[in-house]
Amino acid sequence: MKPAAFDYARPATRREAIELLAGAQGEARVLAGGQSLMAVLNMRLAEPALVIDITGIDELHYIEERDGALCVGAATRQAELAAHPGLAERVPLVAQALPWVGHFQTRNRGTVCGSVAHADPSAELPLCLATLGGEVVLEGRRGRPRVVPAASFFQGVLTTDRAPGELITEVRFPLAQAQTQYRFTEVAMRHGDFAIVALAAAIRGEQVDLGVGGVADRPVVRTLPAGDGLDEALNEFAWALGAEDDAHATAAYRRTLVRELGRQLITEARPC
Amino acid sequence: MEALEQPAAAAPQGEVGRSRERVEDDALLRGAGRYGDDLAVPPGTLHAAVLRSPHAHADIRSVDVTRALAVSGVHTVLTGEDVRNWAAPFPVGVREPMEHWCLAVDRVRYVGEPVAVVVAEDRYAAEDALGLVDVDYGLLSPAVDAEAAAAPEAAVLHEGVGSNVVSERHFHYGEPEDAFAAADHHVSLKVRYPRNSCTPIECYVVLASYDVAAGAYDVSANFQGPFALHSVMARALQVPAPRLRLRTPADSGGSFGIKQGVFPYVVLMALAARKAGAPVKWVEDRLEHLQAASSATNRVSTIEAAVTAEGRVTALRYDQLDDCGAYLRAPEPATFYRMHGTLTGAYDIRHLAVRNRVVLTNKTPTGLNRGFGGPQVYYALERLMQHIAATLGLDPLTVIRRNLVPPEAFPYRAPAGSLLDSGDYPAAVELAERDGGLAELRERRDAARREGRYYGIGFCAAVEPSISNMGYITTVMTPEERRKAGPKNGAVSTATVSVDPLGAVSVHVSSTPQGQGHRTVAAQVVADVLGVPFESVTVNVELDTQKDAWSIASGNYSSRFSGAVAGAVHKAATRVRDRLAGIAAGPLGVAPETVRFAGGRVHAGADDGSASMSFHRVAGAVHWAPGTLPEGEPGGLRETAFWTPPELAAPDEGDHINSSLCYGFVFDYCGVEIDPVTGAVRIDRYVTLHDPGRILNPQLVDGQVRGGFAQGLGAALMEEFAYGDDGSFLAGTLADYLIPTSMEVPEPVILHMETPSPFTPLGAKGVGEGNNMSTPVCIANAVADALGRADIELPLTPARVRGVIGIDEPEPPAGLEPAAAPRGGGSGLRASDSVTMPAPPETVFHRMLEPATLAAIIPGCHELEATGENAYRADVTVGVGMIRARYEARITLSELDPPHSLRLSGVGESAMGSAEGSARVRLTALDDGGTRLDYDYEAAVGGKVAAVGARMLQGAARVIIGQIFTRLAAELGGGQPSWWRRLADRLRGLVGRGGGRS
Amino acid sequence: MLKIEANDSHRVTLTLNGRERSGNARPRTLLSDFLRHELGATGTHVGCEHGVCGACTVRVDGVASRACLMLAVQADGRRVDTVEGLAGDDGPLSDLQAAFRRHHALQCGFCTAGILNSCADFLGRERDPSEAQVRDMLSGHLCRCTGYTGIVRAVLEVAAQRREQRQEERDDV
Repeated sequence: MKPAAFDYARPATRREAIELLAGAQGEARVLAGGQSLMAVLNMRLAEPALVIDITGIDELHYIEERDGALCVGAATRQAELAAHPGLAERVPLVAQALPWVGHFQTRNRGTVCGSVAHADPSAELPLCLATLGGEVVLEGRRGRPRVVPAASFFQGVLTTDRAPGELITEVRFPLAQAQTQYRFTEVAMRHGDFAIVALAAAIRGEQVDLGVGGVADRPVVRTLPAGDGLDEALNEFAWALGAEDDAHATAAYRRTLVRELGRQLITEARPC
Repeated sequence: MEALEQPAAAAPQGEVGRSRERVEDDALLRGAGRYGDDLAVPPGTLHAAVLRSPHAHADIRSVDVTRALAVSGVHTVLTGEDVRNWAAPFPVGVREPMEHWCLAVDRVRYVGEPVAVVVAEDRYAAEDALGLVDVDYGLLSPAVDAEAAAAPEAAVLHEGVGSNVVSERHFHYGEPEDAFAAADHHVSLKVRYPRNSCTPIECYVVLASYDVAAGAYDVSANFQGPFALHSVMARALQVPAPRLRLRTPADSGGSFGIKQGVFPYVVLMALAARKAGAPVKWVEDRLEHLQAASSATNRVSTIEAAVTAEGRVTALRYDQLDDCGAYLRAPEPATFYRMHGTLTGAYDIRHLAVRNRVVLTNKTPTGLNRGFGGPQVYYALERLMQHIAATLGLDPLTVIRRNLVPPEAFPYRAPAGSLLDSGDYPAAVELAERDGGLAELRERRDAARREGRYYGIGFCAAVEPSISNMGYITTVMTPEERRKAGPKNGAVSTATVSVDPLGAVSVHVSSTPQGQGHRTVAAQVVADVLGVPFESVTVNVELDTQKDAWSIASGNYSSRFSGAVAGAVHKAATRVRDRLAGIAAGPLGVAPETVRFAGGRVHAGADDGSASMSFHRVAGAVHWAPGTLPEGEPGGLRETAFWTPPELAAPDEGDHINSSLCYGFVFDYCGVEIDPVTGAVRIDRYVTLHDPGRILNPQLVDGQVRGGFAQGLGAALMEEFAYGDDGSFLAGTLADYLIPTSMEVPEPVILHMETPSPFTPLGAKGVGEGNNMSTPVCIANAVADALGRADIELPLTPARVRGVIGIDEPEPPAGLEPAAAPRGGGSGLRASDSVTMPAPPETVFHRMLEPATLAAIIPGCHELEATGENAYRADVTVGVGMIRARYEARITLSELDPPHSLRLSGVGESAMGSAEGSARVRLTALDDGGTRLDYDYEAAVGGKVAAVGARMLQGAARVIIGQIFTRLAAELGGGQPSWWRRLADRLRGLVGRGGGRS
Repeated sequence: MLKIEANDSHRVTLTLNGRERSGNARPRTLLSDFLRHELGATGTHVGCEHGVCGACTVRVDGVASRACLMLAVQADGRRVDTVEGLAGDDGPLSDLQAAFRRHHALQCGFCTAGILNSCADFLGRERDPSEAQVRDMLSGHLCRCTGYTGIVRAVLEVAAQRREQRQEERDDV
């Protein structure tokens, strides 16, 4: 299990990274935390001509609040976001979800943007981004950065709206809204495993934005009634996700969790 | 899970019985261990990578290494042809015409089977060339499911045998028919034990060289024994045994039986070194290990009991089917026969009927795996005991108690031949019931049930065999076959104790430990015998078949260390002591029998104040002053002891076999609660009592129990080597094959009892495997109790448990019914979709037949070239996200019905495995002049992609196949999803944030 | 910007356990292989090469990281600490190592190096960890021998010892 040969570049600036990526005609891969990419390279599930290591780009290494969102640069590690002061108040959903992302050791190196870029349908951070209605900032060689809503960014298994020459430079998590409660839960085979079903909810009054990961080929979010009609809405949502069987769980089980855990998550958050 | 106070034992007098900190640990904790991959290699050592079959069953038509040899750094490639020239197939345990070579020579029979070995300057370069070895496979139907493979119509793996059932034996002990006829009840159960493995964290390592002058192979490998397999390896290499020098490193990163399975690779790498003309090193990687190293045997058992109204079992009937994978690799079919004498477990059941069938399937060959044979037997027997209780309305513990072998019966001869050496099972059960707090668990269960929660208690009583009889495997033969072959029996253990000129004591044991602390315990035993400080004893556990004392039973398996090897150590040390006593007797002026060894001195008598000499002075004399020794004392001081117990006889004419020397007792119970929504099983408390005879080091015993428990828990709840219906392997990474972590493993309550074995020198029995046998079924019984159901299956994953609880789904809303087409199992992928084309059907149809269009619409298609009418070959690079695979593909268009329908098919091979797919395409004219293109596809993916990406294959196939038709639409100038699709999306309300699945 | 061609060898210099060490690596050389085979630091073990088992965990600039998921060239100029550095040369075992021995927290020892490195990082950040936190941190490692009991006990004991030590130091002041 050793990677195939590739050229390696460690750009010092965002511009350099984008130039390299755009010039590589889809034959380059961006190495940020490497917690997914390196495993893929070791297994030779990809043999890129060029690996662009962006971990040394200081200008992509930040967490800052801007225009009602917590903006996270592409070189920022998951552990750094987890340790960000005030995260639990500013973006509580992400604070709740981060302990579910991999393990202590992989969060130390894994990046927030890397997880979003990889678009694993079971991953927690893409689910949070979609549920909160966040955005992804993509920069190519030409033109202004594209700001893509999470809703249209995730397009299928490991498939996103990112063009081969574009670099994800930032993701933006909307800050917590008043009168809104955020809840995250997950069922996985073991702690730290990919979710069989992950649920993220933003509950405000009689409405809830419920995001589901691990069931469809991407995170899917719907606005549902939080009170009357919730069961019917959850049932419709569960079926609409098109769950499938795999080695660890059946489609019926996944739908059941969406219905039953979804109900638990929402009703427990609401004052009786 | 809460902890219980555990009773403290009285401190022992000597070293043996003490929880000594291990002598192994200092080096291991500093990173100074010497594992297989840490050993120095000779200059010029080359590195190997193994090309493995992506197919479960295929003929090898040709192997072309030309392109691989052209890769920079590659020296040579070993193929089946070389292997045929230099080697022979491995000997097989049953007399059937089937060949198992270290490398597939003409046919592959499981995914991951070695097909060629690339040897290069480093592992990276060797892997570069793997994808450039061109193998032409002719696909064959696979036989995957054990029962289906045993049926007459199944595809046959070994044509010479004519059937996949390669062994069938019937056994009959006592009068089972009479007992069944007389019984008040017949209770039966059919259970399946899955494939799993105790998977060490270190994989296989082999370093081999070939001495052309001597015609001899020298190999280091982290092999664990049994060294009977040395004979198997030497025969495969066609050399006399001394010309296969096999060495094992000082440290091994775990084995649990699995490293028995390295032996074919010892032969393979020896041949690779011969081919390369240089030493060759191979370090197995995790993907290789999971798919192809070894596996526990999966078993289908139907078990039936004759039971009295009181719950007394009078007879048992077993019908067992073992799936040993593609080859019957030595020592299989030992999974059956290791437990054969013990099929009645801890119970006094006198009548027994057994049918054992071994079936071969297109899966990885099976082999030793901690608990070997035990988990399978107890999963059937103890599930049955629970089921008897449930059926008769009795308490499970009552049923267990009514059937236990009574204490006065020891040594107890079980009907199939095991001689249970010692124990007091009822007392052990009582101790566990009291000290483990069973009454409290029962209260918790009752309270939980009153609240409507799912809480259950499970039990398991098990006899834990240790020190295997090397002859048990011959029980697979008929008495007549055995008479012809000659008897096999016994279990020779070996130890050497020597004293150097300065009086320091060295010990060597041929027990190839993998973390059990053999060095520590051997030093404890010797320190006691010779009365020297524990710290002054040095123990070496490396094994060199050319220089060390060993025998076929050497190695680390069947928990033989504490009973057999420590016994041999004791024997060798005693011989040294007796010689020293003879030497010291003269100067001390006493008879040798009164000489006593203690505190580093040799004493004239029992009293510490008696005359004494220092140990090193007495021992030094044998080296420095041999002329002063008494007559008959030869000088030098090195004693090698061999020890074999007389109780281990060969199977007799009635097929009775005492399959092991010692039989410890394990009694477990646990309380579990099941989450009614997720189906997750939470262990509330797990109590495990062990009677392993005399305990040599309590801390190490508890360590064995905890480790075995964690593995048993994994087998119960999550571990499985899953295969698709096509034989593709689906648990290729440690994110697919799930090993329990610190979050899933609770701390068990460990209780002990000590009933010494009358048959081992120290009274000790094995203790390493009990929980691998007892824990899976104990947890399963608790789940069965919690749910009030018998139809449960391992592993008890949350989804499976919730399925047993029942999923009563509300109807899907109109328009959201799941696709009617059933999915294929495993890697079989199917789906349907639809795209609107901005051209009439005639145009669409016509364009699809054009090579230029095909080249444009097939993603990543290069160099499309026609090979016939509507048939092409092409290089196709497909992928999703960061993943890419380049396939050499053959593409065909068939079933042409212009302009209505056609079939587009592709078959491809790549370094990442094989892929095939076929889409049925239907064209319907639309009112607006366009076309609705509907397609249904079926695809299958094999090899590495299936093994490591099973979780995402369905979605990935949808992305890739979808691309073909959206590109076609784009080529034709459009590309909108069909109107009905858009409508459906609207109906589903998926147009909100997060998008849908369009 | 640093650029290295696929087949070029790059001189990687890093501080391994406090000492400057250097060796040659190509872009694709994994840090785990570089440490073991180029620098001879074989205490770091390789168990899966896809980031799950945790055996290869080392500390890069103090932070527990999978060496199999890093390129050697990424460690250029960095501080890398491995199991060999936990006790000084010829020095006694560190408190953590000694606790592992006391609690029988290792059997085959193959996963141990990685676990020790994670614990070293973790205990530097969490001075008063609960058992649940310790188990959560350890869940990034697979141990096949011990059932984790001894490991959990050893880590909790060291945390308690260090707390006491700090308290004593404060009392002295």
